[in-house]
Amino acid sequence: MTTQMFGAPIRRKEDPRLVTGGGRYLDDLGQHALAAAFVRSPHAHARITDIDVTDAVDVEGVVAIYTWEDLPGKVAEPLPLLIPHPTLTHGRTGYALARDEVNHVGEPIVMVVASDRYAAEDACQRIRVDYEMLPVVVGIENARDGEHLVHEDAPGNVAAHMVQQNGDVEAALAKAKHTLTLDLSIERSACMPMEGKGVYARWNDEDGELRIYSSTQTTTGVRAAVAAKLELPLAKVECIAPDVGGGFGVKIMHPWPEEVLVPWAARLLKREVKWAEDRREHFISSAHERGQLQTVTVGFDDEGRVLGLDVKFWHDNGAYTPYGIIVPIITSTQLLGPYKPGAYRCEFRSLYTNTVLVTPYRGAGRPQGVFAMERTMDAIADYLGIDRAEVRSRNFILPEEMPYDHGLLFQDGRPLKYDSGDFPASLDKLKKLVGWDDFEAYRAQAELEGRKVGLGIGCYVEGTGVGPYEGGHIVIETSGRVNVATGLTTQGQGHQTAFAQIVAEELGVRLEDVHVTTGDTRKMGYAVGTFASRAAVMSGNAIALATRNVKAKALRIAADALEVDEEDLEIVDGVVQVKGAPTTSMPLGTVAVLSNPLRYAFDDAAKAATQFAGTFDPDKPPVAEDEEPGLEGRDFYSPTQATFANGMHAAIVETDPVTAEITILRYCVIHDCGTMINPMIVEGQVHGGVAQGVGGALYERMAYDESGQLLNASLMDFLMPYASEVPHVEADHLETPSPLNPLGIKGAGEAGCIPVSAVIASAIEDAEGFPITSMPISPVELWELRQRHEAGEIPSLRHPHPAPDPSNTQEPTR
Amino acid sequence: MTDMTTEQVHDVTVNVNGVPRTATVPARRLLSDFLRHDLELTGTHVGCEHGVCGACTVLLDGKPMRSCLMFAVTAQDHRITTVEGLCDAPDARPCATGERMNPAQQAFAECHGLQCGFCTPGFLTTVTAYLEENPSPSQEEAREAISGNLCRCTGYQNIVKSVLRAAEIRTERLEENAGESA
Repeated sequence: MTTQMFGAPIRRKEDPRLVTGGGRYLDDLGQHALAAAFVRSPHAHARITDIDVTDAVDVEGVVAIYTWEDLPGKVAEPLPLLIPHPTLTHGRTGYALARDEVNHVGEPIVMVVASDRYAAEDACQRIRVDYEMLPVVVGIENARDGEHLVHEDAPGNVAAHMVQQNGDVEAALAKAKHTLTLDLSIERSACMPMEGKGVYARWNDEDGELRIYSSTQTTTGVRAAVAAKLELPLAKVECIAPDVGGGFGVKIMHPWPEEVLVPWAARLLKREVKWAEDRREHFISSAHERGQLQTVTVGFDDEGRVLGLDVKFWHDNGAYTPYGIIVPIITSTQLLGPYKPGAYRCEFRSLYTNTVLVTPYRGAGRPQGVFAMERTMDAIADYLGIDRAEVRSRNFILPEEMPYDHGLLFQDGRPLKYDSGDFPASLDKLKKLVGWDDFEAYRAQAELEGRKVGLGIGCYVEGTGVGPYEGGHIVIETSGRVNVATGLTTQGQGHQTAFAQIVAEELGVRLEDVHVTTGDTRKMGYAVGTFASRAAVMSGNAIALATRNVKAKALRIAADALEVDEEDLEIVDGVVQVKGAPTTSMPLGTVAVLSNPLRYAFDDAAKAATQFAGTFDPDKPPVAEDEEPGLEGRDFYSPTQATFANGMHAAIVETDPVTAEITILRYCVIHDCGTMINPMIVEGQVHGGVAQGVGGALYERMAYDESGQLLNASLMDFLMPYASEVPHVEADHLETPSPLNPLGIKGAGEAGCIPVSAVIASAIEDAEGFPITSMPISPVELWELRQRHEAGEIPSLRHPHPAPDPSNTQEPTR
Repeated sequence: MTDMTTEQVHDVTVNVNGVPRTATVPARRLLSDFLRHDLELTGTHVGCEHGVCGACTVLLDGKPMRSCLMFAVTAQDHRITTVEGLCDAPDARPCATGERMNPAQQAFAECHGLQCGFCTPGFLTTVTAYLEENPSPSQEEAREAISGNLCRCTGYQNIVKSVLRAAEIRTERLEENAGESA
């Protein structure tokens, strides 16, 4: 019997290559290509009055220098607004090279192409750009007050204004016995993959064909965008994502200016051209996320049940909106988590600032939404003096209420309808894992030792596996090798293993015989991309469907050749055999030969297959009508809606009574992503997500000054967690399969990072006894909050320290 | 302003992975660029170009060194080991898929110590050198040993596990080698 593949923690197929130096990342390709470098704006908001390249043209090795004026046709037009939305009334995008105005530090103005990067940067240094300064808008408050405008034709700096609502919130709040209002904020951070972005283009002049390699999360998107910009037939453009050194969202945005300019220059110069982003460029000219200010008003009863929830938030979208308003839409919907909100209204404004643009970063708007909701849950618990886990459970959507429709539209424009989940079971597991009920004893013990500790909790629901579709393609060679292709890309998620597991299990072949290609438009031209925890759901199911097609065909052909009923056949370890009588069998490779009625015995497999040739009917064509030669199949998976994964985290933190240093003592995760293809890979995704969440909770922020300079644009100054900062994650799983797809899968890519800021805030608040309303939080900030708390500027939590004052009936504002 | 139109070049010879390699490069060529672009040993990766992330770590005479913080000319006559060279280490063995791997490489593959793999070469060189110093680290020591390298994917948990496993494999192989030579 074949070893079980699906669901097993199988070691990754890609690793032997990657650990021995065999990885091929973008900058490992095209060693002899010309190198591009860019003059980027040093100012956050300015008009370009003159560009002088005179001194640069003589630099040895310089091949070409381009400004906006050199760009032809569509290359000179603004970059596309990829995801328009009716509420995005003032969408704006930049140019591939700035035309006359720059709106953030780092915006590309001049491109230099030279023999190598050293020469290209030398030339960049010698180019003089004159500017006329314009007023700079940095930060949500400044954008919101609208005193200065980022774009003159976007009044109030408002790019989008959106309201979603289910029920009568005013009435619900008016009727509620208690109401609370919370003002919250969350900072900017960034994906910061270890490999920056990169593009390498080859123009084939003889065939008029362009090949682009890009460290992208969507090769089909880049291909289509570049073909449109360069006015080339789609069929003449190929795009390939080689090994990609992490993406986390920033590489789903496209086309980046460089993705248009590098191929354009390669065609113009008839030379290979490459650009590999350096770290400073990544900081100032790629994308960030997260920055929001939020105001939540909640109405609830004596039991802590939410009756009405009114949320307003302001989202910093940076200088342009090429990726639409996906992030704030996700915040506005996924904020609801596992709870029934009663009447719900969410209103947001997405605002322009003179800072680099904002596009999805792992979690994509959810960490902010979960922060709002979980801070609210803690506030209700504190107000009523009820256990925080208990308040959550009283608001849970119950398993018997699934599927649960929130009556709102999700980011994909489809109903926000949860497919499955068992939140009480998850909470139960989490409480046991972290020792929820024993914590007060632990706290008391710690207090005796002079230590301050706190316990925090956070729950989330994550819409995963959004459509519209992905495809799977499978070809079985005569050698028995199984080639599988799917169009979405890979940035370290182990797709070559997980998808191979699906095929091995479905088809009945050995894992080592399955070879998966991702992100290559030559192999699969129809695809969307790797984002929103969708790869396993979308491509996994598409590949399973394609495999089932090809398996059915293989069994039909083998049944013919073996003169048995196809119902009686099975495939085990790549051999088609009669169930219970495996001596009647043929290798799958032989079936592949038979499926393709060539008359050439070009190899031993073809020769061997002749014994099964059987009697042929001269009145029938060799390939039957509606049939195709070869053991090849393709299928697509397109869901009616997203799947909804979920999870709950708890953490115990210690805060130093003197220095306010924050240490995470324990971090526990219960995670439900439906059926798991490879638990080892899922756990790895959870670990990595938590680490990024910890970065967002305690360290990472984009420190723009008031003139729009990013003060920490290096890994020396932007604090990303090392091994010394990331806690050991204790994880357990619950599997509630999705009823929406054949494999029961939900996505797992982003889960780990979503609730971390909420959980850490909850734990610090619990340790300190006063509310935490802004993340990330540094020891200095915590220390300052302590001072303000001692000075009476910040109220104490009512529970557990100090006990509530029964004489105080006034509703507090936090 | 200095004249950048003509640049002085130097012949640089470095022993890389046991082989003397020579290239003619400008004085300012970084060792990382020299390895990657002049010698086409692209296993060494560059993540930040200012010595913080550790992705470009190679062994210089056996000691871990950020190759983005050194000029190629200063490596003249020194011995460099890159991730490609770890496969030729005396304790490297063929694995099930055919590649030769040293204990750290084998352990990272076994323990899911990598996801995108971009930072991995820097971890592997760092861990290889560390285990020479401390052949049987505790979990805390293993975490400390890798705390100069950034990884954005794994959350480090499985990297810590990999370091401990690498120590085990290394000890096993040393014992086997001792047994064979006895």
